[in-house]
Amino acid sequence: MQYEPVIGLEVHAQLLTEAKIFCGCSAKFGASPNTHTCPICLGMPGVLPVLNKKVVEFMMKMALATNCRINRECDFARKNYFYPDLPKGYQISQYAHPPAEHGWIEVEHNGGKKRIGITRIHMEEDAGKLMHDEYNPVSHVDLNRTGVPLIEIVSEPDIRGAEEAAAYLRRLHEILVYLEICDGNMEEGSFRCDANVSLRPAGTEAFGTRTELKNMNSFRNVQRALEYEIKRQQYVLEGGGQVIQESRLWDDTAGVSHSMRSKEEAHDYRYFPDPDLVPVVIDDAWIEAVRATLPELPLEKRERFVRDYQIPAYDAGVLTASRTLADYYEEVVRLSGEPKIASNWVMGDVLRFLNEDKKEIRDCPITPAALAEMIKLIQAGTISGKMAKEVVEAMYRTGNSPETIIKEKGLVQITDEGALAATVAEMIGKNPEQVAQYRAGKEKVFGFFVGQVMKATQGKANPQLINDLLKKMLAG
Amino acid sequence: MEKIKITKDEVAYVAHLARLSFGEEEMGRFTSQLNDILLYMEKLSEVDTTGVEPMTHAIAQKNAFRSDTVDSSLPSEISLANAPAARGNCFEVPKVIE
Amino acid sequence: MELYELTVHVLQDKLRAGETTSAEITASVFGRIDAVEKNVRAYITLMRESALAEAARADEKIKKGEIGALTGIPLALKDIYCTKGVRTTCGSRILHNFIPPYDATVVEKLRAAGAVFTGKTNMDEFAMGSSTETSFFGVTRNPWDLERIPGGSSGGSAAAVAAGECIAAFGSDTGGSIRQPAALCGVVGMKPTYGRVSRYGLIAFASSLDQIGPFTKDVEDAAILMNVIAGYDPRESTSVPEPVPDYREFLGRGIEGWTVGIPKEYFIAGIDPEVEAAVRRAITVVEQAGARCIEVSLPHTEYCLAVYYVIAPAEASSNLARYDGVKYGFRSEENRDLLDMYKKTRSAGFGAEVKRRIMIGTYALSSGYYDAYYKKASQVRALIKRDFDRVFTDCDALLTPTAPTPAFKVGEKTDDPMQMYLSDIFTISTNLAGIPGISVPCGFTSGGLPIGLQFLAGHFQEGRLLQIASAYEKHANIEKRRPSL
Repeated sequence: MQYEPVIGLEVHAQLLTEAKIFCGCSAKFGASPNTHTCPICLGMPGVLPVLNKKVVEFMMKMALATNCRINRECDFARKNYFYPDLPKGYQISQYAHPPAEHGWIEVEHNGGKKRIGITRIHMEEDAGKLMHDEYNPVSHVDLNRTGVPLIEIVSEPDIRGAEEAAAYLRRLHEILVYLEICDGNMEEGSFRCDANVSLRPAGTEAFGTRTELKNMNSFRNVQRALEYEIKRQQYVLEGGGQVIQESRLWDDTAGVSHSMRSKEEAHDYRYFPDPDLVPVVIDDAWIEAVRATLPELPLEKRERFVRDYQIPAYDAGVLTASRTLADYYEEVVRLSGEPKIASNWVMGDVLRFLNEDKKEIRDCPITPAALAEMIKLIQAGTISGKMAKEVVEAMYRTGNSPETIIKEKGLVQITDEGALAATVAEMIGKNPEQVAQYRAGKEKVFGFFVGQVMKATQGKANPQLINDLLKKMLAG
Repeated sequence: MEKIKITKDEVAYVAHLARLSFGEEEMGRFTSQLNDILLYMEKLSEVDTTGVEPMTHAIAQKNAFRSDTVDSSLPSEISLANAPAARGNCFEVPKVIE
Repeated sequence: MELYELTVHVLQDKLRAGETTSAEITASVFGRIDAVEKNVRAYITLMRESALAEAARADEKIKKGEIGALTGIPLALKDIYCTKGVRTTCGSRILHNFIPPYDATVVEKLRAAGAVFTGKTNMDEFAMGSSTETSFFGVTRNPWDLERIPGGSSGGSAAAVAAGECIAAFGSDTGGSIRQPAALCGVVGMKPTYGRVSRYGLIAFASSLDQIGPFTKDVEDAAILMNVIAGYDPRESTSVPEPVPDYREFLGRGIEGWTVGIPKEYFIAGIDPEVEAAVRRAITVVEQAGARCIEVSLPHTEYCLAVYYVIAPAEASSNLARYDGVKYGFRSEENRDLLDMYKKTRSAGFGAEVKRRIMIGTYALSSGYYDAYYKKASQVRALIKRDFDRVFTDCDALLTPTAPTPAFKVGEKTDDPMQMYLSDIFTISTNLAGIPGISVPCGFTSGGLPIGLQFLAGHFQEGRLLQIASAYEKHANIEKRRPSL
């Protein structure tokens, strides 16, 4: 029996606001425990939440970027359960009336494009951190993270395989980062993913029993966990068994998932509208104002690069990995007028140096103007492509302009036809046997002459000019 | 509403949800008191509420926002000052048994 | 008359005229506390030292001519308001040692106005009750008869004002918890419109119903206090940015030509006959003052109690989930694991009535019951509000009894929760609809127990409410008695 996997993904993205969602504590990661807390996010008696407007705007950006319909009115609900990292004993979230629904994104997968639906996006607050003590039967609670704003993005169960799931996540991730609303750092927990997986006989409509997968903290983890779960469920079903509806924790070291045994039955969260918060009304004017702030999204940018700059899709992909990189590349193109050449230099040498040093493009010592200048010098014939390699490395290491470096190293390419002709003539004169061989038809000898001229000019001669002159003068 | 009484088992389930525990005698008393109260609430089914929007707020306010500014947080000693148990800068609790 | 017996406005005149000092007033109040508190037990925490220091500071200011709205006046706060650095218990064991690191907005406002705080008053645990018998810290007694309860949940504040243990006080009202004890203790008690006074720092019971309000000896004092505490607070999302008038301006205007509605559903079997008689006399007084009294109908009145006892416990069950022994307050000793700690802490930390309401609320919100209980109650609530909207198109105000009976005996209703809940029958609707209400004294029973009269008005009509309360007070000229303590 052929089984088809049906996968839905839930992503929680921490938003890059300055302050938390309902109070004025900093939302920044990494502070010393319980130093970003106040009576409100500590859940002290008597406190009340007030919604950070920027959270709404960031949510709207993501909603628009994923083609969701933004609802006119939404409200907040309390999700009630007990856990030490949840100070109020409830999480403020959105339930019955979410702000955004029925969106989609396009995912490039298996050489084609597929639309994955987005069921809903809503806002909610993060919980704190619970750390288990290794030696004593105690746990420690750091509430810095309670109240950090999250958006939850729920996909339709449109995903049909582990690879596709990873592709979807990468797309979602890059949109979030492009919008500058999330830093997408999976290790630090600012981008989290849970998966719902079920199998059904291929060609059928009804959904099978699904399991929830948690604790996958990289794209690779997600893919491996899903592959495992699909196999596991297939094994169960083929053995005539039933898949149990449960939550499973992925253990990446062992490469397996474990059922989350717990004493409780399925949580009864007792959702009800939060009486301390009032509805959010979003009108068309606000939507348009936010829409105007949207940057060009990665997919559109890639398509534009391919179309306008005539570069291959792969190159466009590399160059749009981040907005900063894409902007850098475009600036180089703007100043040099050479998109293909610019792409080679950026993708090649520049990124290589940065990767070696684990630097970001924003910290690149070569400015777009400098790189563009170097490209222009190559095009003008002032330096050869080979010389440029030396120049670009020096530019990276010193931050100096191409002119400065060329002067310092004396790298100006010889383009004076007269001077070069003299050298070529000299080489021809010195090597009469090779001349004879060439004229007899041994074409390979041409390379020998090129080499000789290069040696004589310490590699500074313009190769094209050497070729032209040699051809002319060897012809006899 | 078909159920008009709450059983002891249901009371136990609700108690667990609310993280409360009762002794045998207390449980019996609570069950009968809750029964009386819930029976009284049955009155509500008499009211025709077709097409009536549930009312969450007495006064209709919308869009109450704060700006994205960082005010001062409490120093951690103050956040922890009322903690029944703390270690370092963290609240300490008995371990969760999974 | 002793200083502690006087009103805010009289004392303010004396302070301005230099006839007395805040130190003297405060000393007088604490002298009275020393004399009667052992019998009344209105307070959980007395703030004698800080009060005397505040009084001294107030006198400095007064000498310089810097007299704020409440400079130098000793006031008491229900122990449900967070007071920075001062223990705030909410009448519960689970907060018996909680010291808030912040002040409630109302406390900040009162401080800024120069008030002197005498202490934190006793209350039903987490404001759940109508008799101030459920406090972990003991039962407060009605100053008019120490065998009887003062009403609740703000019984401590009401009793303190009635007994002269403060000049005025503050409480909270979720289903009548200011108005009912005011009636039973023979003082003025007012619940403003929902959203009129900031809830920030008020320990939450039922978020969509809670409001803060004053207990005073007369209506003028209520207007003075309302001027200080009313107003928009950006720290509360449900706070309403409605401008605050000068409530004192409404006091002398009279009610000539007003239409006052008498809701027929509020005169039911079960009202104490003396209470009913007193209220009917009040109707005559109101008519003599120039108003026209007409019978009106609030058809959904009979459902108010059921609606309240779904919504309030539901919200409370969620609001009280934070009391888990993790971050502050009581935590049980010797816990096997986390679950054990939660259950032991909450079961030992909360009293029976609180647990009962948490159970009702949890049940009403639980899967399978949400629609039938919580959602249904919210819909009926909308209909209750509609009743009031309709009635206020014809009436300037409504007149009702505040409580169905005068103060009952300690222990009389504690075994039957439903009986206790029925004490709130006339006040609950006000909170459900969010409208303001005030209770004023309207007489005494033959046994010498106070009877309260309630006026209701439309949203943000506190001024008009004070107007009619003041007109009634003047025309009724109820005998000024003192409890014999």
